This record gives sequence, structure tokens and C-alpha cells, in this order.
Amino acid sequence: MSFESMAVLQEPYLSWLLQGLSLTFALFIFSWTTAFVLGFLLLLLRMSPIKVIAWIPATYIELARNIPLLVQIMFWYFAVPMLLPDFLQQALNRGDSGFVLAGLALGFCMAAYFSESFRSGVRSINNTQLEASRALGFSFLRTMQYIVFPQALRATIPLIMNNTLLLFKNTSIAMAIGVHELMYQVLSINNDTFRTFEIFFVATLVFLFFSVLIMIAGEFAERWAKKSRRISDA
Amino acid sequence: MLEIINDYWLFFLIGQYPNGPIGGLAGTLLLATICLILALPCSILIAIGRTGKNRFWRGVTFVIVYVMRGTPFLMIIFWAHFLGPLVFGTSIGAFWVMVIALVLYESAYLGEVIRAGIQSLPYGQTEAAKAMGFPRTKTMTLIVLPQVMYNSFPALLSQFVSIIKETSLGFVIGVHEFTYAASQVNSILLVKPVEIYAILGLTFFIVCFTFTSAARWLERKIGKSQGVLPA
Repeated sequence: MSFESMAVLQEPYLSWLLQGLSLTFALFIFSWTTAFVLGFLLLLLRMSPIKVIAWIPATYIELARNIPLLVQIMFWYFAVPMLLPDFLQQALNRGDSGFVLAGLALGFCMAAYFSESFRSGVRSINNTQLEASRALGFSFLRTMQYIVFPQALRATIPLIMNNTLLLFKNTSIAMAIGVHELMYQVLSINNDTFRTFEIFFVATLVFLFFSVLIMIAGEFAERWAKKSRRISDA
Repeated sequence: MLEIINDYWLFFLIGQYPNGPIGGLAGTLLLATICLILALPCSILIAIGRTGKNRFWRGVTFVIVYVMRGTPFLMIIFWAHFLGPLVFGTSIGAFWVMVIALVLYESAYLGEVIRAGIQSLPYGQTEAAKAMGFPRTKTMTLIVLPQVMYNSFPALLSQFVSIIKETSLGFVIGVHEFTYAASQVNSILLVKPVEIYAILGLTFFIVCFTFTSAARWLERKIGKSQGVLPA
């Protein structure tokens, strides 16, 4: 196993890698958006004063956080299509069902983590703020919009960045159901060239590069959050 | 669903065991436990390196932790899968490949847990030990670490849940564990994926949720014993 030439970075392998990378990003953005929106909805449901409604998201969050992501992805890929009506199954099969289902699985799983991060942000706001704004005549939603969320955001952003990193790394698990993302392409190139060390080295660097970007962004967000809090306290 | 459990419960539980490698849920728990036992000493060393005064070791452990945190776990599994035979000169089997990958990856995460524990311990403890003439190693082993291990036990327990969940990724290199057993049953029955993956997921949930709840309970208890109100 020699390391003298970067044969794995020549055509056609370079375009395989780039295809994988673009699919990883598509998966990342798709599932991140799903997780963010769904996480927010879960939070709203969980803050409901009606106990039964608040229990539903709580149960879902425990399920999503205590079942391995791979199992969830497999459940979405193998089991969920069986539960869908026929026309939806056909629509799935016409498109890239692996990509869509893996993206949904990732999004639905990470929504639980996102929701917990949002919630710890909301809980960091003192209850008196809520009472004060209700006393001033803000409705519940307006209280959330103007009082709670802007402040909660600061406590939440570092946690969300951490979840984002987790989500980015976990997109690679989609290869288990045959989504042609970066990890899958790396294994194909490895099977084709047997230049194991080189291709793994390159791919690890690529993953590390983006992970470090997310970590640095998280670091900045944390500093910004601390700074803006200090100003508001003064 | 009950029929599948009735027919395959032993397979789900221990895999092919006396006739083959131990697998199923027992394989998963065995893998996770071995990993925890091996990763704990490594993570303590990493935590000591991260909090220590020696710049060289601080740099080395910093790089280890950030590389492990920034790389997908699957990537580390495949590194161990392809480089393991080269390092050991012989094939070591998927189970031990997975142990190596898990120990590498989890040492970094457990190390961060223990580091947080060391840093949250009041510095007065170290100063008092120094004032009483304890050498640095004894301060660490007799004063700091016992308290840190006690305080971070709930966090370690929730990390154990992560380990259990991560063992399922051994599926991609063919480790005989619970997910692998379920997918084998799935390929025997073919038409019952909903039931099989529901059994798989719910069993994982029962196991992991038990540990998660225990960790939460302990966190409250340990928090109280030190006069700290639960958050």
C-alpha cells in the first residue's frame, strides 16, 4: 500500500467523490431543515398546558433519543413504505426513495435533539419574564415571539451547533441503506482501486474539514451569545 | 408480531450462540460493556492530559479529541476494519474490530465527560492536597479522581447509552449483534419488516431508556447529596 501518488484524486474517482459530497450536503440540508422545523413544532406541543398533548412529543423525544439512528433509518427504509398507501409508495419509488427516507429518518431523529436544545433554551428564561409580559397584555404567542424566543436563542445556538455537527456526521449512516453519499462513494472507490489508505485519508480530511468549520462556527456563536448576554444584563 | 417473537426470541437474544459467535442482544451488551471497561482508563488518561500542565500532552490529547469528535463513527469503524489486520498482521474478526473502533471513539467522548468533571471540582481540593504535602500523582488518584468519578457517574451512564446505540453500526462490517440478528430474521421472513424492525427498535428503547432513567435518577440523587438543587 503505497502513498506515492494520489491516484484516488484522478478521474473518474474525483467526480465520484464530488458526487458523494454533494449528496452528503443535500442530505444534510434536507434533514437539518426537517429537524429544525419539526423540533420547533415538538417544542410548541410540549409547552401545551393540556397534559395529554404535552405527553405526545415527550414520548416521541424519548423514543427517538433511545433508539439507535441506524435502526431508525432501517425502520424508515424497510418498514415505513409498507405502512403508506399505494399511491405514496409509487411516488416514493419513482424518486430516489433511499435519499428521501434517509433524510426523513435523520430529520425526525435529530428533531428530538433539536427540540431538547430549544427547550433548555426556553427553560433558561426566568418565569417572571413570562408573567410580566402576560401581565402587560401580550398573548401567549406574542410573549413567545417577542420575549422568550429572542432570549432563548442565545442559550440555544451553541447547543444547536453541537446538534448540527452530530447531524452532519450522522449523514454517513445513510450509506447502510445504499444512499450514494460520501461514505458510500469512498467504499466504492476503495473496492475499485484497493488504495484503502489514500482514499480513507482523503475522505477523513474532507469530513474533518467540514466538522471543524461547524465547530469553529459553534465556538463563535458561543462567544457571541455570552457577549450579547453581558450587554443585556448591564 | 408475537409469532415472530415466539419463533425467534432466542435468536434475537443470543444470536447463533452455541453454534456460532455470540450475537443478538447479548452480543450488543457484551460489546458495549467491553468497550466501556477498556475505554474508561483511556479516557481518564485523555482527561488528565487535557487538564494537565504539560503543553505537549495537552496538544496531543486536544488533537485526539477533536479528530474523534469531527469524524463520523462509520469512518473510524472502516479505518479499524481495514487497518486492523495490517497492524495485528492477522484478521482479528469483526467483533474485535468493532471493539477497537468503539474504544477509540468513545475514549474521546468519555474523556470530555471526565474533563468536565475534573474542571468542575473546586480547585481548593487540589490546593488543600498540595498544602498537606501530597505529591501530584497522589493528589490525582486519591483526591481528585475518586470525587470526579462519583460526580460524573450519571454522565458516564448516559454515555453508556450512546455506546449501546453505536454498537448497532457494527452491522455494516458484519458484527454479530442485535441489528444484525434482526436483519437476518428479516431476510428469512422477507414480508414482515414492520414487525421485525418494531421489535428491534422497541427492545433497544427498553434497554437504553432503563439506563437513561437510571442516569437521571442518579443525577438528581447525587446533586441533592451535595446540596445542589436539580436543574
